[in-house]
Amino acid sequence: MEIDKQTTRAVARLARLGLSDEVLVAHQAQLSTILGYVQQLNKVDTDGVPPMAQATGQVNDLAEDEILNEHQDTLPVDSPALEGTSIKVKGVFRD
Amino acid sequence: MTEASPYLGRAPEAVDMDAARKTLDAGKLKGVPVAVKDIIVTADGRTSTAASKILEPFKSPYDATVVTRLKEAGAIIDGKTNLDEFAMGSSTETSALGTTVNPWDPERVPGGSSGGSAAAVAGRSVPVALGTDTGGSVRQPAAFCGVVGLKPTYGRVSRYGLIAMASSLDQAGTLTTTVADAATVLGVLSGDDSLDATSVDYPVPDYRKALTGDVKGLTVGLPKEYFDSAEDGLQPEVKQAVEAAADDLRSAGATVREASLPHTKYAVAAYYIVMPAEASSNLARYDGIRFGDSVERDPDWRGTLEDVYLQTRGRGFGDEVKRRIMLGTYALSSGYHEAYYKKAMQVRTLIARDFERAFKDVDVLLTPTTPTTAFKVGEKADDPLAMYLNDIFTVTANLAGLPAISVPGGFDGQGLPIGIQLMGPHWGEETVLRTAHAYEQRHDWHARRPE
Repeated sequence: MEIDKQTTRAVARLARLGLSDEVLVAHQAQLSTILGYVQQLNKVDTDGVPPMAQATGQVNDLAEDEILNEHQDTLPVDSPALEGTSIKVKGVFRD
Repeated sequence: MTEASPYLGRAPEAVDMDAARKTLDAGKLKGVPVAVKDIIVTADGRTSTAASKILEPFKSPYDATVVTRLKEAGAIIDGKTNLDEFAMGSSTETSALGTTVNPWDPERVPGGSSGGSAAAVAGRSVPVALGTDTGGSVRQPAAFCGVVGLKPTYGRVSRYGLIAMASSLDQAGTLTTTVADAATVLGVLSGDDSLDATSVDYPVPDYRKALTGDVKGLTVGLPKEYFDSAEDGLQPEVKQAVEAAADDLRSAGATVREASLPHTKYAVAAYYIVMPAEASSNLARYDGIRFGDSVERDPDWRGTLEDVYLQTRGRGFGDEVKRRIMLGTYALSSGYHEAYYKKAMQVRTLIARDFERAFKDVDVLLTPTTPTTAFKVGEKADDPLAMYLNDIFTVTANLAGLPAISVPGGFDGQGLPIGIQLMGPHWGEETVLRTAHAYEQRHDWHARRPE
């Protein structure tokens, strides 16, 4: 299965991965190989089979919406863009 | 390629290994040194890197629940161990810190992704190590290094503080030299945790009491699909070891019969869609904004918000991590979601149903852990698909959420350890441990150590 370069570039953009042209070409080839292998799933009849996202059948483990976490002060400390207790991010359209 | 020690640090406390052995034999952990795979966060001042450049400067402000529970039981967190970057790999070669080698043969990989933990236990640097298992990452390195690797039922052990790869598959596990030690540590780690909504409130038995030394009355199934597929490249000595294990269990009182898991051959394909899809979503958090590496740490750097994301992630992630993010993003993207992600999740249902059906007739399934013994460093490093196919016998337990263990099953002609896998139904840890223990007691393989 052949994934073209344009699609590979679009996927890298969606994934927010800055890739050089050389690396992009390597990914294009590897994606094609792996997705080629995955094509065999099409041989399986899955009509009416529900998709499975959870292995032990657990659903909606609900809890009260309370603030329990004691890490509020320590969590943002490692941010490179810390201002006080807030994080200042770059502009979306300009820096 | 640089060679990394399995350890990323060691506590200054002098640890008496003989005393630790005696404590473990009594079923306790007080004073016992434990090494922790560096994808499990610790608030002890050590970095928690997941063996990735993107987390190189990261120190966690909190302990993972598994670490908290070990400490409460008196264990000493002795060091952090090397792994494939973000646990993505089967050889520990994708670590940004350099590869770890197999203590039985330094030209070979220790397996992965918990390769540092397995090598540390095999080399007797530490009696117990924690790993994580998303597609075999505890069991496969246990097999390659000749130690015991246990992956519990999904939800048995809290995932709070495990740096997430694929949330519906990830589970913490143990690497030990004996099945009894695995039972001891599992008892400490198990139980519900309000900090992990997927952990389950299910009774925690005394797992050591399950180790009766016999398997009378148990039915052991040999799933034929794990043996008859030539394309799996099953090494003849590995196959013979599993057949010999079946004979051992028969003479220890079990009934052995054939079982069938017809969708086994599709497991790797389904896994390599489901796992990357979840990973691409989980790893979106490494954005260069909140923690870890960032291009913004350079005061002269200029660019937009999107540039921060693109450049930080472009330089911070290694090749294998990028590959899985790309694959997962593709599988989840508009137009491909139904054909790949939904299809893989449906096949996952069929794989889980295979096991439900099989466990109506058998108590435990016996298989090889890996198709071959440890391969050479570099042998599969440039062929991602060949590396993925190495997971063929282990991914099924993760897809179905089942408990599974790898125990030493002898050595091949080159003196490399062989791993035997036992799988049980959900919450069937006691049966899995009992069977593994009964088998282990008939040999001295678990007591052998690399020179």
